[in-house]
Amino acid sequence: MSETAAARTEVAGPQPGAPAPRRDVWGRVQHGFIVFGQQREAAVFVVAVLLFGYFWVTNVNFFTKVDLVNLSQIAAPIIIIAIGEVFLLICGEIDLSVGFIFTLAPFLLHYLIDFYGVPVIPAILLTLVMGLVVGWCNGFFTVTMGLPSFITTLATGFILLGVVLYTSHAEPAIPSPALTGIGHWVSTYAWAEFTWAVVLTVIFHIVLTRTRWGLHTVSTGGNQLGSREAGIKVARIKYGNFMITGVLGAFVGVQVALQINDIDPSSGQYQPMFYAVAAAVIGGTAMLGGSGTIIGAFFGSMVLAILTDGFNVAGINANVLNIIFGAAILIAMIANVQLARLRGAGRIR
Amino acid sequence: MTTPAGNGSADGDVLRAEHISKRFGAVTALTDVNLRLAQGEVLGLIGDNGAGKSTLLKILCGFQPPDSGRIVLRGQEVALKSVDHARSLGIDAVYQDLALINELTVYHNMYLNREKIRWPLLNNRAMRKEAKEHLDAMGVSIPSVDVPVARLSGGQRQAIAVARSVYTDARILLLDEPLAAMGAKEAALILELVHDLKERGDVSVIIIAHNYGQVLEVCDRVNLLQHGEITLDKYARETSVQELTDLVVAEYRQALAERQRAEHAGGPGSQPSASD
Repeated sequence: MSETAAARTEVAGPQPGAPAPRRDVWGRVQHGFIVFGQQREAAVFVVAVLLFGYFWVTNVNFFTKVDLVNLSQIAAPIIIIAIGEVFLLICGEIDLSVGFIFTLAPFLLHYLIDFYGVPVIPAILLTLVMGLVVGWCNGFFTVTMGLPSFITTLATGFILLGVVLYTSHAEPAIPSPALTGIGHWVSTYAWAEFTWAVVLTVIFHIVLTRTRWGLHTVSTGGNQLGSREAGIKVARIKYGNFMITGVLGAFVGVQVALQINDIDPSSGQYQPMFYAVAAAVIGGTAMLGGSGTIIGAFFGSMVLAILTDGFNVAGINANVLNIIFGAAILIAMIANVQLARLRGAGRIR
Repeated sequence: MTTPAGNGSADGDVLRAEHISKRFGAVTALTDVNLRLAQGEVLGLIGDNGAGKSTLLKILCGFQPPDSGRIVLRGQEVALKSVDHARSLGIDAVYQDLALINELTVYHNMYLNREKIRWPLLNNRAMRKEAKEHLDAMGVSIPSVDVPVARLSGGQRQAIAVARSVYTDARILLLDEPLAAMGAKEAALILELVHDLKERGDVSVIIIAHNYGQVLEVCDRVNLLQHGEITLDKYARETSVQELTDLVVAEYRQALAERQRAEHAGGPGSQPSASD
């Protein structure tokens, strides 16, 4: 196996002089393993499957319909926000404010429908536009004014939280009954949230790997000066990715509020953002830009969600969970770094 | 063809830069540059480190605007607004830092920002195929166009950067130190490539290099940039490595002598010089 792996280190394609891949079944299995191992998402995928298997075996309540729905509803918001963070991290930025867009979005929807009488569909669209606008502002302060995005989005996060608390008097609200119908499709049907998460994952995976936008996002994070010299509009890429993240954050905010039928000023905030960044990084996205994968972030989110849900089901104290979380993130990162070193040394691609 | 010394306009000039100046804060990179490039010509631009060669190149390719002066392209004054704009006019540059993206594959780098699209997706298959054909035609040997450029040697990276510009219909090609970090074999490859371009006659090249022997071998004409001005403009056959070396060394000696004089003049009680 190691011999075949070594032969494939230099180039992805077949090479003259390399032993021809064996045609029998075992050869194909080997080949499959090698190709799989070459994927950057492989490690986190294996971890997710192992964790899932562990909870399935050790707890009868884990693999039940009710609990799988529950698991999917924990995972979906992390996945969707992580998509935005992956794009931002790849192009060398981060958005700390996305969780506060999440918090504001359902309040804005509530104000628009209940106080201003805006019909449901335009109200939802306006809410998503709010995410776009906040993303644009993050882009403006970061790209045009030249502030680090860590600071910019820290500030916009505070501002958004202030807006939420001021306008809502820190009181929760109930989503308008007018939202019930469309709410099924947004999030209240059992698998609606997760379906959105999967669809968005597929779409943005294609955007990242198969379109100009994705290529230029990688290029911007990999070599910003070089990208500019090649004529890539680096500023536009960054603005765009902040705006994508903003819209996704607003969408998730509305989804969660409808799903739990409660608009709460304490929902969202930093937690979904930290989970999403952790998921992205566990999934193999570089904090310093230049590389990352949406699929990896998807499975990273699954790992975090399976841990959360699995320990809930197992009845482990929620306070202990945080310790396990931290350890899991460290272990996943160590695995990533070691795999990257092996790739660099040419052991695996 | 005009004489090199003649500053007047000539119909054969495909590109002229007139009275170009550029400052970066307190540093004056270019004071008053006058440069011309004839159709199908290979012009060598030489000068010591910090003479402003790269700055001039970045102005000519639209990466940054000059503070003053004008650029005349095929007899018409143009204000280069961006790299894309310059490229659309047929001017393309290969920078010293190559502008390659380590994380991307060779073929994606070859087509960076002019990707082949099968809307809405990238046409990777076509890019991969044509990149391979282009590189094969150039005799550039790399393991595969599918590897990230981070895996390639310095020379291979340079060759890809040059190939990238040549094969995108650039009519005026600006090469910033294409021979730096090159082995003898790889340098010969690039020089061969420039020769081929000269043969074709439809591409004009400005090439920055430090190795005067290589410059004279491949260039029709040589310009020396000193203190932000062109101080020498000669046909390659009329000058020699010795003359160019002497000029650059003389400049260095002169600067040294001036500094020493300044130090001697500065007796007790005088202001310490700023260069200290």
